[in-house]
Amino acid sequence: MITRLEGKELKRQSRRQLLKLAPVAALGVFAFPKVSDRLVAAGVRFSDWASGALFRSQHLAPTFSNSEVVPFAKFPYNGYDVLDPEVDLEKWTLTVEGDVQHPGEYKLAQIQALPKIIQNTRHICVEGWDVVGSFGGARVSDFLMLVGANTGARFLEVECADDYYESIDMASVLHPQSLLCYEMYRQPLDRGHGAPLRLQMPTKLGYKQAKYLDTIRVSNVLKPGETGYWEDQGYSWFGGL
Amino acid sequence: MLNEEEHEEKKYAAPQPAPVPIAEAGAAEATVAKLEMVAADPEPPQPVATAEEPALVRAAYEHPLPIRITHWVNAISLFVMVTSGLRIFRAFPSFGAKIPEKVLLDIPKSLTLGGWLGGALQWHFTFMWFFAASGVFYLAYQMTSGHYRTMLFTLRDIPGVWPMARHYFFFGPKPPATGQYNPLQKLAYTSTIAFGVLSLLTGIILFKPAQFSSLAFLFGGFHLTRLWHFAAMCGFLAFIPGHLIMVLLHGWSNFFSMLSGWKREPEYQE
Repeated sequence: MITRLEGKELKRQSRRQLLKLAPVAALGVFAFPKVSDRLVAAGVRFSDWASGALFRSQHLAPTFSNSEVVPFAKFPYNGYDVLDPEVDLEKWTLTVEGDVQHPGEYKLAQIQALPKIIQNTRHICVEGWDVVGSFGGARVSDFLMLVGANTGARFLEVECADDYYESIDMASVLHPQSLLCYEMYRQPLDRGHGAPLRLQMPTKLGYKQAKYLDTIRVSNVLKPGETGYWEDQGYSWFGGL
Repeated sequence: MLNEEEHEEKKYAAPQPAPVPIAEAGAAEATVAKLEMVAADPEPPQPVATAEEPALVRAAYEHPLPIRITHWVNAISLFVMVTSGLRIFRAFPSFGAKIPEKVLLDIPKSLTLGGWLGGALQWHFTFMWFFAASGVFYLAYQMTSGHYRTMLFTLRDIPGVWPMARHYFFFGPKPPATGQYNPLQKLAYTSTIAFGVLSLLTGIILFKPAQFSSLAFLFGGFHLTRLWHFAAMCGFLAFIPGHLIMVLLHGWSNFFSMLSGWKREPEYQE
């Protein structure tokens, strides 16, 4: 739509329209590293909040037939530090703490006595790779029932034999596919994959699925700097899929 | 248009409303578009009544405020999404299996944003909201305002693509300017909408593959979705250099119009 107007008038109109765009310049604050560090941290918190809101507690992650599972040799070993923290498998117990009726030490046999779930699910790494594997174990929710945990609490914190640590929102912990995993490919979990016990949750990224479990704690408060090994360095805390 | 035979038949037929020739119908539609553009124009220029008949400048209010806002929010977001996305890609530069991992591309760190995977993810997870919000707002505005008629590539634009491409790339004669955008521009701009929709849809699936597991089949499953997400970025990367070069070639008034909305002395007639 071409119009004809006086040069002064065009300048006035242009200037007025240009000023209306000023709010967009606010995005320029991201160019200052000191400010942007805080802003992107807030952006991740917003994403985590949205992720929690999107999470459907009964919606199952895709499962796969045995023919779609990659061979065991092609399931990557991934650790942040060592692949074998030399857990004494004979003497190993799981310490249960926090908001539970029966805190204490639990043997692997007690976890194995719970209903066993075997599932072929996709393991997705924050780096971008994914692999379909076969996992077996007890539902975390069944174990929490056994120890009389207050499932109305907000978090499950875990500590590991390799000094890795994690914390997970209770809704994801109680998801029917969230396992205390002691088997892969129908064999006892090997040392590289987290023997004797790891978390296996197809609704979470790999870094949330801690290996070499040592202690679990039901809690309502997460201290800054104790939310998770990678989260404390900047990964998303929710880490949900 | 009606042919001779049909005219003959009409003479003996009962009177009925004259069919509107296609060309006229198109013109009527264009008029509607113009009227709506005037309506969208927040400040229609006031005729300046002076005794001395001052020299008037030809100008067009080409880019309404919502288009300009979303253009710049999108430009910033895309810059962040691409540079942080390349950093994320560095963590696993492949579309195949993890074992054995075949490195497809070694993206130089200097082209990336975030410093490390976690930092890049923070930028990506922050600006994806700006990107999505401005994209949804842009599409809603385009559809409700009718402004899309100036830029949407349609079947009618197909014949005009080759002459324009020949002009740009093979020094052919310049086809006459018929509207705000030539057919090649319309093709490019419309493609970017497709890239945006593709990157947003695949991004949602990559972000929440379990919650949106039923959508992944659209792209051949979760694993291939990552490839489509990358392909959408390649689409943007193919568009941006050409876009910037054309803006440079067309000078300040063309660039400034995306800031002020007004373009001085547009090259097309109306």
